[in-house]
Amino acid sequence: MPDNTLNNLPGGFKGMSSDLGSDQTAFKGVQWGKVMMWIFLLSDTFIFSCFLISYMKGRASTVVDWPNPSEVFALHVGGVPVPLLLIAIMTFVLITSSGTMALAVKYGYERNRKMCGWLIVATALGGLTFVGMQAFEWSKLIHEGVRPWENPFGAKQFGSFFFMITGFHGTHVSIGVIFLFIFARKVLRGDFDTGKRGFFTTMKSDYVAIEILGLYWHFVDLVWVFIFAFFYLW
Amino acid sequence: MEETQKKEQTASTHKIGIYLWIWGLLFVLSFCSYMVDWFQFQGLLRWTLILIFMFLKAGLIMAFFMHLFWERYALVNVLLWPMTAIACFIGLMIAEGKYTVFTRLLYFFTEG
Repeated sequence: MPDNTLNNLPGGFKGMSSDLGSDQTAFKGVQWGKVMMWIFLLSDTFIFSCFLISYMKGRASTVVDWPNPSEVFALHVGGVPVPLLLIAIMTFVLITSSGTMALAVKYGYERNRKMCGWLIVATALGGLTFVGMQAFEWSKLIHEGVRPWENPFGAKQFGSFFFMITGFHGTHVSIGVIFLFIFARKVLRGDFDTGKRGFFTTMKSDYVAIEILGLYWHFVDLVWVFIFAFFYLW
Repeated sequence: MEETQKKEQTASTHKIGIYLWIWGLLFVLSFCSYMVDWFQFQGLLRWTLILIFMFLKAGLIMAFFMHLFWERYALVNVLLWPMTAIACFIGLMIAEGKYTVFTRLLYFFTEG
């Protein structure tokens, strides 16, 4: 393991060139599963970028007025329309769950089984809440007549971009929630303390898995930051 | 093996304060970006504020929640340089979008 010598290696760009030019491990001190998750997230970044860029291009090139998001996504509270209320709540819920996940990773490395497990459960519940609110938003818009091919508010492309982008993101959240529940069970059962071998692999369980799961979850939050800025606020 | 584990542990755990700080900052920034819509800022001011808050949030999440701040440059650079390609792609598509809308206006509206 190269970890012992990690502190003796040069840092910064000098370290980068010596790492990449060295034998065997290029990403020193990073468990291979973590590197794989990062590579996956990078490819996922490309997919989401393609969606957002095509949305930008579609919105920039239509000659019909784009629907005003702060009116389309307004929620009526006591008869008064509050712009983007649901979206703002969804944003806060997702950030909250991101925070609990970060703490779960921390407690995982400290081998605090209970804290880690319950924080993952909290994260999963946050994710569930988010998906629930998104389902509510979708059904509200569908009820108002928004379709991938038309909508009553303006440019026709609005619907297809909306359903495609938020749907793809919602799928990511849903998959994340499933994995969060699976890993919460594994943590609370003590798999990571005993190094029990996994169902799909013969490798011993390790708390680094929680960090990898955390990377995925933070990425979902990260994508939402961009969707929130470009689709809802712009 | 035990020693390496111990080493990894100290490398990966950070004080709880830093997470809480970042968490709080993310809430504040989200609130600020919501306020951009609430006060209905328009034009250049709106875009600048949205982008600033967006990049600050994304940076904080990546640097501290995803631990990139503590990773070695080999990993950080492999992840961040492809973003440059995406930025170029965005630039190309902005030009393309402007051209498309220009031709649509020209041929669909002036010549009927």
